[in-house]
Order: sequence, then structure tokens, then C-alpha cells
Amino acid sequence: MTKILVIAEHFDGEILSATSKTVNCASQISESIDILVLGDDSAVASQATTIDAVSNVLSISNEAFGYPVSSIMAPVVAEISSEYDYILLPSSTFGKDLAPRISAILDVNQVTDIMSVEEPRIFKRPIYAGNAIQTIKIAEGKKVLGTVRTASFKELGNSNSANLIETEMPSVNIPSHTRFIKIESEKTERPDLQVASIVISGGRGVGSAENFELLYQLADKLGASVGASRAAVDAGFVPNDMQVGQTGKIIAPDLYFAIGISGAIQHIAGIKDAGTIVAVNKDADAPIFEIADIGIVADLFEFIPQLTSKLD
Amino acid sequence: MEKILVCIKRVIDYNVKIRVKPDESGVVTEGVKMSINPFDEIALEEALRIKENGDAVEVVIVSIGPDDSQQQLRTGLAMGADRAILIKHDGEIEPLTVAKALSEIVEDENPGLIMMGKQAIDDDSSQTGQILAQLCDIPQATFASKVSIQEEKATVVREIDQGLETLEIDLPAIITTDLRLNEPRYVKLPDIMKAKKKVLDVIESGELKTDFSSSIEVINVTPPPPRESGVMVNDVEELVVALKEKGLLS
Ligand SMILES: Cc1cc2nc3c(=O)[nH]c(=O)nc-3n(C[C@H](O)[C@H](O)[C@H](O)COP(=O)(O)OP(=O)(O)OC[C@H]3O[C@@H](n4cnc5c(N)ncnc54)[C@H](O)[C@@H]3O)c2cc1C
Repeated sequence: MTKILVIAEHFDGEILSATSKTVNCASQISESIDILVLGDDSAVASQATTIDAVSNVLSISNEAFGYPVSSIMAPVVAEISSEYDYILLPSSTFGKDLAPRISAILDVNQVTDIMSVEEPRIFKRPIYAGNAIQTIKIAEGKKVLGTVRTASFKELGNSNSANLIETEMPSVNIPSHTRFIKIESEKTERPDLQVASIVISGGRGVGSAENFELLYQLADKLGASVGASRAAVDAGFVPNDMQVGQTGKIIAPDLYFAIGISGAIQHIAGIKDAGTIVAVNKDADAPIFEIADIGIVADLFEFIPQLTSKLD
Repeated sequence: MEKILVCIKRVIDYNVKIRVKPDESGVVTEGVKMSINPFDEIALEEALRIKENGDAVEVVIVSIGPDDSQQQLRTGLAMGADRAILIKHDGEIEPLTVAKALSEIVEDENPGLIMMGKQAIDDDSSQTGQILAQLCDIPQATFASKVSIQEEKATVVREIDQGLETLEIDLPAIITTDLRLNEPRYVKLPDIMKAKKKVLDVIESGELKTDFSSSIEVINVTPPPPRESGVMVNDVEELVVALKEKGLLS
């Protein structure tokens, strides 16, 4: 049977939902799915055993994996993958950074951003920021290496108890040329952008970091996450990890609010899979209205307080 | 360091509305404005700033693509690059192949730093820099939003999904650039004139050792499925009703 190895993404001791979504993609190819977890202890690996459709969770614990560094992980993944036909990673910054190094070691072409599995070797993927869709086929007999566009796949259930297999660190050369210094992430109580069922995004029209408070208040009423356009991030209203779009996060909430966002193709690229898009803009000709499911021409400084108070 | 190598791709300009060819063989490029991939332009700008800061002596740019890529290389020379190399090749090329071809240039040029965009806005693959780093067995710092060079190493702030990560890497290394790293300069007319006299070497892809075949076949390229057309509402009241009808608000 076709054997698939999914590389787990975890952060701060938590397996991220991107891992489960990648397994979902894998489950459309074969029933033999293992997850590889590289970490500094096996606690994270045990979380992965609950993900449905997984057979085995291979856990390699080593202090070298205290923080994910691709040049350290790639040779290990390449070594472990020798027994597998497919290697899949989430198409997050983690997977995008790591997968190509595996491509180089194994000398196999990589497919970025798999959005659907047509046949085991035929995939669809977005190009030109999602303005065109490419269908590609990987030659028979070749190992398949791909990253999975997580917005295209739902998270699987958590009722499994897969085997946890403590695996020896293979004897590969661990480079010392890359040193992790620090990570700055804003802690927030709000749901993660990638997971939230409602996302409220603000653009340049919001005008300042202080004004984003309006969006946070609305978001808290709805249990929503808050995102932003690139212009809002560049202007310093919000941190970079809130950016939605071609070069930010690709998300698929049930409900998306684009507030004071004009609707540049690079922004739209991040919300193509949203269920319902609501656009709020004071310019009736803003391109965002062309793709919105529900549009309202309004000044956001009047609109947001009105909606927020309606939800009381 | 002696030299920075910057890799540049010719792509459809980011302002152009993409149209898929009726025969589904690809997207329309005839008569369409072409530019340097915006992320690569940022990489070049950063390399020029590093040189202007006295941390590098020469900036060499390289592109793989059709003969017309000379236009983008000339633009790069006008921005301030010292010399350009074109590996001439028609047709689609997979990132693995591009990286292999680039690794031959790296071997010849022996740069202290290699820079390129974090992705090309045509195929959005985001692979070439990382593959090249592994082929050359050197460190990588992708998605860079801040770069500082110290003698034998670089400190790079990276934009990752969880926030801003700082890595320290030994040189030589590869840095791929994100949008917020800098704002590229505008080229001025005298610079365009000067650029015409700069060296632009053309190498035929066949002269390289790299095999340009691929194990990935493109079956077709289609437009994305259209979204159903939406409705306009007049006020918050109507919006709330519409959302409740869809079961999105309780
Ligand atoms: C290679 C590349 C990649 C990119 N990647 C991304 C990406 O990932 N994500 C992204 O978002 N962008 C990205 N961009 C940038 C993108 O092209 C746009 O510049 C950006 O999305 C614009 O953000 P905006 O809509 O907030 O700002 P603007 O285009 O300035 O729009 C502001 C909008 O706010 C409205 N407005 C102003 N005041 C009010 C008010 N009081 N009430 C209501 N409405 C108001 C205006 O009518 C206007 O429509 C990328 C660009 C490039 C070149």
C-alpha cells in the first residue's frame, strides 16, 4: 500500500491544526498514514496520536529540535522518508521553509500548496495568487513531496489512538551554522486566524492602531479572530502575523468581514475559501464589492459601533 | 564580503489582471506588462544597501528565463547591480531545476551572500532559495523582514506564522526576502543609460550540466471557480437579518 509520511507542525508544546488538515489531504490518497514529530520531548507527539486516520506517530526527541530549524530537520526527514512514497507538510511558513530542503536532498520535485487531490498523483494548486488553478501530474515511480494548502482541508476528528513509536535519531550530520535567537509573538485570547469560524479584518481605512480597538470589541462579541490587510500591517496598526492574503495567511472562516479594505487581488487570495464575505467600505466602487457576498456602503466608524451594539 | 548574488525572475507585473488562455495551456502573456518579481526587486534593493553600507564590494544579478529576461536584468543594472548573467531557457522550469542551474553559477561566482524573493508571484512555489541553500549546504533565512550583516554572519528577522523570529546564520548563506524588508528605489533615466554599458553575459541553458527535464507535468491551467454574485444591503439592520438567514448569527 502507498505509504504517506506527514511532518507535524507544532509550536509552544501544541500540535497545530495544520497537521490534522495535512493528514486529511493524505487520507484522500491512502489509508497508510504516519506522522513524524520532531521535538525536544515526546509530549507533543502523544497529542498527534489522537488525530483520526493516522496509523503511527513516529517521535524523535532530541535537543536539536528544541526550536524548528529547517537545515537541522531536513536531513532527518529525508532519512526517515526512505520507506515512504509520499511526504506531506502543511503549506505554512514552517512547511514552506522545510520542504524544499527535503526536495534538494532527495532530488524530487516538490508540489507547493496542494488544494485538491484529483487522483493519487494528480493535484490542483493555485498559481498567480489564486487567479489561476494548475492541475499537475507527478510521474509514476517518483516519490511525491508536497505542501498542503490547509485552507482547502478541514481538520479531522480527535478520536484516534494511533501507535506512538519512539524513534532513534538517525545518524545524520546536524549543521551548526544556523542559530535560533528569539521569537516575538503577540499573545492574544482571541481564536487563531487559521481556526476561527468568524474573522474580522481591517485595512488602511481603519486609520490607526487605536481605531483597531473597534474591531477587537466587535470580534470579542462574536468570538471572532482579527486579521488585517498588508496596508494595515505596513502602517503599523497591527503585527505582521495578522496579515491575510497572498503573502500573509490563507484562511477559510465561515464568515469574513473586510472592513476598510479595498479588495486588492493579493488580499482576496487569502479569503477565496471563506464561506460568506461581508464588505464594509465607504467607496461604492471599491473592488471588494465585486467578490463580497454581502456588501454595505458605509463609514466604518459608524458601522462598527452600530453592529457591536446590535449584538448586545 | 566580496560579492552578493541576487536571483531575479521575469514575471507578469503584479498589477496585471491574470487571464487564462482558452485552450487551458497557461495564462496569457502576449502583450502583457512584465516586471521583476516584486520580492526579487526587494532582494536586489537590500543587496545594494548592503554594498552601499560598505559590507560588500560587488552585486551580481542572475536570471533564468527567455531572452526577454534581459529587460529585467537591465532594470536591475539600472537600479545599481554591477553585472548580470542570463541563463537562457524557454519554457516552464521547476524550482529544483532552477536551483540546480543557479548552484552552477554559485560555484563559479562564489558569493558571500545569495538573495532572492521568498516566492515568485507567478507560480507562488516558494522553493528555489531553500533548495539552493541545501544544494550548496549553507544556511537559509527565508521570509526576511530585517537583515543585518556582521563580518562572517548575518542576523535576520523572519516573518513567520507565529510572529517575528530572529535567526543568526553563518555566511555564506541564502536570504529570501519578504515585502516589508524595504522599499525598492526608483530608477532614474541617467542610470538606465549607464546600465546599457554594464556587462550582461548570456549563457545557453544547454551549456550547463543541469538537466532541465521535470517529473511534474502540467495538465491544464483553468480560471478559479467564480464566487456567486452577492447582494448589497442598506444598513446594519438589513445586514444582521441577512446573516441570521444564513445561520451565521444567532
Ligand atoms: C507581491 C505583493 C503581495 C501582496 N500581498 C498582500 C497580502 O498578502 N495581503 C494584503 O492585504 N495585501 C497584499 N499586498 C498589497 C495589496 O496590493 C494592497 O496594497 C493592499 O491589500 C491594500 O490594503 P487596503 O485594502 O487596506 O488599503 P487600500 O487599498 O488603501 O484601501 C483602503 C480602503 O478603505 C476604504 N476606507 C477608507 N476610510 C474608510 C472609512 N472611514 N469607512 C469605510 N471604508 C473606508 C477606502 O475606500 C479603501 O477602499 C501585496 C502586494 C504585492 C505587490
